[in-house]
Amino acid sequence: MNYLFQIRFILIQNRAGKTRLAKWYMQFDDDEKQKLIEEVHAVVTVRDSVSYALSVLFSQFRNFKIIYRRYAGLYFCICVDVTDNNLAYLEGIHNFVEVLNEYFHNVCELDLVFNFYKVYTVVDEMFLAGEIRETSQTKVLKQLLMLQSLE
Amino acid sequence: MPAVSKGDGMRGLAVFISDIRNCKSKEAEIKRINKELANIRSKFKGDKALDGYSKKKYVCKLLFIFLLGHDIDFGHMEAVNLLSSNKYTEKQIGYLFISVLVNSNSELIRLINNAIKNDLSSRNPTFMCLALHCIANVGSREMAEAFASEIPRILVAGDTMDSVKQSAALCLLRLYKTSPDLVLMGEWTSRVVHLLNDQHMGVVTAAISLITCLSQKNPDEFKTCVSLAVSRLSRIVSSASTDLQDYTYYFVPAPWLSCKLLRLLQCYPPPEDGAVKGRLVECLETILNKAQEPPKSKKVQHSNAKNAILFEAISLIIHYDSEPNLLVRACNQLGQFLQHRETNLRYLALESMCTLASSEFSHEAVKTHIETVINALKTERDVSVRQRAADLLYAMCDRSNAKQIVAEMLSYLETADYSIREEMVLKVAILAEKYAVDYSWYVDTILNLIRIAGDYVSEEVWYRVIQIVINRDDVQGYAAKTVFEALQAPACHENMVKVGGYILGEFGNLIAGDPRSSPLVQFNLLHSKFHLCSVPTRALLLSAYIKFINLFPETKATIQEVLRCDSQIRNSDVELQQRAVEYLKLSSIASTDVLATVLEEMPPFPERESSILAKLKKKKGPGAVSVTELEDSKREGGELNGGSDRGPDTAAMAASNASTPSPSADLLGIRSSAPVGAAPTSAGSLLVDVFSEAGPAAPSAAVNDDGFLSSAPPSEDPAPPLSEADELLNKFVCKNNGVLFENQLLQIGIKSEYRQNLGRMYLFYGNKTSVQFASFTTTVSCPGELQSHILFPQLNVQTKAVEPLVEGGAQIQQVLNIECLTDFSEAPLLNIKFRYGGALQNLTLKLPVTINKFFQPTEMASHDFFQRWKQLSQPAQEAQKIFKANHSMDTEVLKAKLLGLGTALLDDVDPNPENYVCAGVIQTKGQQVGCLLRLEPNAQAQMYRLTLRCSKDSVSRRLCELLAEQF
Repeated sequence: MNYLFQIRFILIQNRAGKTRLAKWYMQFDDDEKQKLIEEVHAVVTVRDSVSYALSVLFSQFRNFKIIYRRYAGLYFCICVDVTDNNLAYLEGIHNFVEVLNEYFHNVCELDLVFNFYKVYTVVDEMFLAGEIRETSQTKVLKQLLMLQSLE
Repeated sequence: MPAVSKGDGMRGLAVFISDIRNCKSKEAEIKRINKELANIRSKFKGDKALDGYSKKKYVCKLLFIFLLGHDIDFGHMEAVNLLSSNKYTEKQIGYLFISVLVNSNSELIRLINNAIKNDLSSRNPTFMCLALHCIANVGSREMAEAFASEIPRILVAGDTMDSVKQSAALCLLRLYKTSPDLVLMGEWTSRVVHLLNDQHMGVVTAAISLITCLSQKNPDEFKTCVSLAVSRLSRIVSSASTDLQDYTYYFVPAPWLSCKLLRLLQCYPPPEDGAVKGRLVECLETILNKAQEPPKSKKVQHSNAKNAILFEAISLIIHYDSEPNLLVRACNQLGQFLQHRETNLRYLALESMCTLASSEFSHEAVKTHIETVINALKTERDVSVRQRAADLLYAMCDRSNAKQIVAEMLSYLETADYSIREEMVLKVAILAEKYAVDYSWYVDTILNLIRIAGDYVSEEVWYRVIQIVINRDDVQGYAAKTVFEALQAPACHENMVKVGGYILGEFGNLIAGDPRSSPLVQFNLLHSKFHLCSVPTRALLLSAYIKFINLFPETKATIQEVLRCDSQIRNSDVELQQRAVEYLKLSSIASTDVLATVLEEMPPFPERESSILAKLKKKKGPGAVSVTELEDSKREGGELNGGSDRGPDTAAMAASNASTPSPSADLLGIRSSAPVGAAPTSAGSLLVDVFSEAGPAAPSAAVNDDGFLSSAPPSEDPAPPLSEADELLNKFVCKNNGVLFENQLLQIGIKSEYRQNLGRMYLFYGNKTSVQFASFTTTVSCPGELQSHILFPQLNVQTKAVEPLVEGGAQIQQVLNIECLTDFSEAPLLNIKFRYGGALQNLTLKLPVTINKFFQPTEMASHDFFQRWKQLSQPAQEAQKIFKANHSMDTEVLKAKLLGLGTALLDDVDPNPENYVCAGVIQTKGQQVGCLLRLEPNAQAQMYRLTLRCSKDSVSRRLCELLAEQF
């Protein structure tokens, strides 16, 4: 087991492939990032069209794997090492989405567009340096609420 | 709970975003953006000082524009200014802008270190976290230099807030990953381990990632974490579903923390302390038991969280591989999942079972699920699940079920997805070879493979079947018959034609007795395919034809006519034309005896690791085929042709290619890449000699009255080095002992040791036959460049003559004393001559004496290393190569090779922990040459960059050449 970066990146994309959040935990140059974004989109949407209900939510991807889940028109994708725990990250995504949902009060895609700079704060509370930082929704929301009160 | 309204706080930003969204075209968008950029630029340049709010708003707009994919070339200073604001929202936007844009403008970093320093010492937890997150997100070396000593203090200080501790732990982890040399262990180390006991579960969650990483690099220093982790895990596992409150997720207590704890334990062997081990086994049993309990919720989140822990526990059980009871229980649990309605679970169960299949304790238990797995291969709707099923079938295959599994895989191939066909073909080919009890089954299987999935049958696969048929005389007749039948099909794959041409050319005589497959019928059958084939296949067929002339004199006239026709002899392809001309001439002027010698049956190929296994490993990449594959092949090692007695280091294509006929070389091996193992009597090299003198334009020049082979070998001059001599040499760059050469007569083993500029090498010559070798002599010489410096030889090699007789089955030893006088690049040559049954054997090899053998390792600290690196900065002193990985990129394998090289492997020197740096001094009699090496793997691209800097430029170049073949 080689301990490199657990999470290489987190991406939120919509069905059309527009990026709603890209958080990188590894050095990639800009071209590489663009390529990854396109490849991830191809991976998740192709699988989706087969049959969502039956499709597997993990996908081998280069030397990493993509763990993703679709929420309405948004794909939440997390790229980790092939040896990482699939289900833990799959639920990590869900935990994150539930926090967003509370924070933005029934989150929708537009919330992420207009408040893009706040989404980064939410991510940093829950994931840092490619690792899971905090998993308690109560604690994260309390902290976000506190930050919200500051001007 | 907080609800955030759109763009709250920054109306101007919300308006701008709306405008962009309303743009009808890309042009309109660009126009709007340019207008905004102009506006912001004028604001920033204006005379009026901007207030904090406006600065924040404009910087945020710039960030938005950047995220849309446009370049931003101003505003950085304003962002930096925001950092010194005492308002959170302004600071946050400043830090965010910097974290996101830092890639494109690293000069920013120097400007912000001061602001970060202030925030870190502000005692304001919100500001401290912002600063720590910025460091964690950027993680550059400059930041590590500035803060690596400060952050451990924050992490372990008694009065640090929990949320700051969480950020500090992960921030330190990031710095340790980028610059391990700058994060110094100290008294904080033991206190970090005790964070596993922290009351705040969030602190434990964050700290454990840091501890896991540190443990992997310094297992001994962090050993105490094992018992702490076990007791923490035990407390979580035994808690009720609501005990942990905030950290209970859908009735599962602390799932992520549990997974991280189980993962940390995978850095260590099973605990030695009986009590700790007992407690851990209890935990694992509890986790397995819980899987059987009825779910506390129907939500998928509940079962996913529960199973995340279960799979991590199974990984730990597999990692320990010492508790048969737990292994079998794990296997049964996975067996249940194989039938689960959740596709994800079925997928994971198949994947996890693959590793269980390689444990001796659970291999049998895994095999009981064969029917379910076969069913999965047939019925799963998702390709990636079918792929896992195929992987598992491959992993669980052994002698008892090979026929069933291969048959299932073959039938699956007919409908398999294109994306996995090639890999499936390789797997079938490997299994068929590995578990072949009778070779007719093997031949049937491979020919079926070609029929079903010809396009996906790579060269390695059809080379391999030919190798095996040539090496096993009990299957040759069957192979000829089967391939003859397969060629009857009106449309058969070109690969089938290749195999057919090769096999009939060698063994067509074995079926020629049957009038239905008489020589002419065979020839006509092959030739009927000729016109549909590509040039390489046609070339191969031409060689098969000339072999036919030798095997069946009655076909001579027919074949000569074919060769003589314009479409052959005047073919626009040079290779085809040359073959037609040469073969025609050969068949008309050579006597039957000569023809029989030249066109002799191919000698057996040396037994090597199967090239297809190597290809599969390469295809899957490091890690993917993994230990299982390697151990598997070790376990089965030596059983059959495919059995590998070598470690993963020789598993690469480069090595095994040598054991396969190369694509163009066919029956005769006319190209230089002739099949290896063409023993000294090889007809191939003989033919090369003849034509290299004469050339196709004037073949008659070499011909005299008593037949054109009169001057041909066996000659008493030392033979030129074998074509694979360089490859044999490469095998020994990083090791000193092993088998240097082997054919069906002779085996040569080597043991060597080196000190300073001196070396001693023991050569062991083993007679593999039962017949005596007579006039056995060996000569060591230094080739070309070495000889040219008569006054200043580079190497001095001394040895005594060996006994001239080597009895059948006996082994003799020879000692060489080697002195390195100055650096050199050509290896000394070893020529061996002896008579075997009257025939002179003459063979030349390269002795694996390479410049790196005279290395003395040099340990040095990071600082010294970089100082010397800088000193060796003349362009000629550096040699660099970027090349594709030929072997496994696994860390341990790489380390072993670099150590074998003779240099010191320096830890904690390179800022990037994935890179390797080494240092050493080459000792020659005249001088010492200091060498520094840096190897940068890029696992993603499967590439390396190798850089050498030596005080002597010829050494840099030579080492670079040698090493580029090793990885």
